[in-house]
Parts: sequence; C-alpha cells; structure tokens
Amino acid sequence: MLDGAPVPFEPGQTVLQAALAADRYIPHLCYHPEFRPHGSCKLCTASVGGRLVATCTTPAEAGLVVDSETPQLRDVRRTLVQMLFAEGNHFCPSCEKSGNCQLQAQGSDLGVTTAGFRHLYPDRPIDASHPDAWIDFNRCVLCELCVRASDEVDGKHVFALAGRGLTKHLIVNAPSNRLGDTTFAASDEAMQVCPVGAILPKRVGFAVPIGSRRYDQRPVSAQALDDAPRPAGRSP
Amino acid sequence: MTVPARPRVRLATTSLAGCFGCHMSLLDIDEKLLPLLELVEFDRSPLTDIKHCGPCDIGLIEGGVCNAENVHVLREFRANCRVLIALGACAITGGLPAQRNHLDLGLCLQEVYLTEPSLSRGGIPNDPELPLPLDKVHPLHEIVRVDYYIPGCPPSAEAIWQVLTDLIAGRLPQLPERLVRYD
Repeated sequence: MLDGAPVPFEPGQTVLQAALAADRYIPHLCYHPEFRPHGSCKLCTASVGGRLVATCTTPAEAGLVVDSETPQLRDVRRTLVQMLFAEGNHFCPSCEKSGNCQLQAQGSDLGVTTAGFRHLYPDRPIDASHPDAWIDFNRCVLCELCVRASDEVDGKHVFALAGRGLTKHLIVNAPSNRLGDTTFAASDEAMQVCPVGAILPKRVGFAVPIGSRRYDQRPVSAQALDDAPRPAGRSP
Repeated sequence: MTVPARPRVRLATTSLAGCFGCHMSLLDIDEKLLPLLELVEFDRSPLTDIKHCGPCDIGLIEGGVCNAENVHVLREFRANCRVLIALGACAITGGLPAQRNHLDLGLCLQEVYLTEPSLSRGGIPNDPELPLPLDKVHPLHEIVRVDYYIPGCPPSAEAIWQVLTDLIAGRLPQLPERLVRYD
C-alpha cells in the first residue's frame, strides 16, 4: 500500500522500483534504474510501517504500508535538497547542466526557493586534463553514479569516493588524481550518468539553449515516470 | 455611498551586490506596470531616487551583501519593511559576486589592481568614500531575517508579479514548479 492505494510488485523489486513501475512517483536523486541502489541521497525517504527508510534500498513486500506524499516528508526532502545546495558551489546561472540537472529539477519540483542554511562555499578544484571531458568538483553531490557506472558497465573503475563526513569527495583512479591520466572515454556510461554538472563533455557548451532543455519542458516527477522500467505489457 | 479608496501598499526596492537585472525583470511585467502602480506606491527605489527607506509594507532586495554599505542598507530595509523579499540568485545564494568566496580578498585586490597590467596604475582603491569590501559575499538570509524568496537569474517577470500580487491580496505567495528557476 502506497499512500493508501495498493501497488503491485515483483519479487526482487524495491519499494521505489515497484512504485515507479506502477506510475507512482517518489522523489529520488542517487537512484538510477540501470544501477544497483546506493541509498545515499535519502530523497526517496518514506514512512514504511511507521519507520523512515530509503525506499530505493527497501525490498517490496506484501503488506507493507508506505506513506510518501505527506507534508512532513515533503519538508524532509526539501531540507535534504537545501543541504545539498548549501554544501557545494551550485551556481546555476553559469552551469552548462542547468535545465538538465536533477538536483535543480528536484529543487523546482519541491518548491525550494532558498538553500536556507549558511552556504559552505568550499574551495574545490576543476580537472580539465582530459581531452574530451572535464570535472567540476564544486558540483558533485556524491551520488556515486559515476563510480557505479565505471565499475558495473564500463569495467574501468575510474572513480571512487574518499574521506568521510564533510571531507568526503570524489577521486579519480590515477596516481596523479587527474582524469586525463585514466582510461576514461567520453563514450563511457560514467560520462552520461552524472545527474548534476560535475562531469561534462567538452565543446558542447549551451548547444541546446536554456529554456529548451529536459526539465524546462516537464518537471522531474513526470520525466521520472516516463523513464521507469515497466514489466512487459504494462504502459504508464 | 462612496467606498473609500484602498490605501496603496508601500513598496521599497534596492540593488546591493547585484547587476540590476532583477529590476529590469520587474520592469518586464510590461503593461501590468499600470495596474501595479494602482496597487503600490514606491518608497526608496532606483525608480524614485529616494535615498532612505521609510516605513514600508514590502521590501524587494536584489543582490547579495559584499561590502559594509550593503549591510547598512539591508538592515535599514529590514527595520522598515514588514515583509522582506530576497529577489534573484545573488540575494538568495550570493550569486556571481560570491564566486570570489573561495579566494583570499587581499590576493584578489592585489591581482586586479597591482598585478594585472591594464588596471595596475592607480594601486588598490582607498578613497574614504568607498565602502569597505567584506571578506566574503553573503546571501541576505545570513545577515537578516528574510520572509520570501524569488529565485532566478533573473526571476521572470511572471514570478515577481505572482509573488507581489499574492502578497498584496493577502495570500501566502506560491510559485508553481515552472516559475521556480535558478538560472
């Protein structure tokens, strides 16, 4: 049961996967249908049997009572997005990812108008050593999607997260810690999967104008349902 | 019987560390400026050239806080405005001026006014009339309490109109998803 309505599921599906397949949206950021769940952004937090859990890592079971669309959970999700904005340097007006960015799209959809917290303004580098791609560490939200893509699909193990707590950061698997000294290629899945503007291809800046981009057309809540994998024969 | 005219809402606006793009967006409500002028009366604003803010209903502030004068103006607005609105990316996040926040201010001034060849003749400006720059650029909410935020660089005219008309009508301002923009 999700928000009082029954939702079908298949064995092995998580609560989030079952919800999306049934055309029921739960906000999420670090979850991607092609990769194993990570459970780090906590945006998909819902009340399952009275406990707050990440639905992307909670297996769907018969008889689960899940509440997601409540004012309290909306506040929790809004606060999580605000913390992500305050923690990095997310300067949307100059970012090539603007309009295609999932962090930004979550903010718009949840009605986040300010980060609220004191901005950290961290001092983070930019790595432009690769001929076809560049990394702006200021925008990384530590979702580990590039780590998962490079491990599971590309088989290259180019990325990892190092450090703990506030010092946690993305690192590159080369003695120099530079992307240009790895086997990374622009055709890698790790290149495509970044939800924010941290890993970007070179030489395509603003090819699609602001206002004509993915989340300029429809909110992320509608796009995510279009993208969700569904069992054969079930249409959204 | 004649109905007494409803008193107009008093509105003050200013730009701190901003580019006046948000004010341009306010003017971009185009023909709605005429109905707006029937609803509001401008206090301190670049549009009136009044130098100090008196008691107001609504204060609209564009730009972040980058120097000592910005702090004084912001506090004057907060003391005088019943409702204070942070208008645009710089007022809400620090924006473009805050891109210097990870740099040392002294080194910035040295680079621009001493090292860089085209500007280096006069040295670092030190006129007593110039407000002292702050070490970091701050969003408004780090200095005073802010009641509402209109994000965007600049916020669209429609978003500004929506919040102003909601407030004037006594409604809680609500921006739909498509008007919550950060770029």
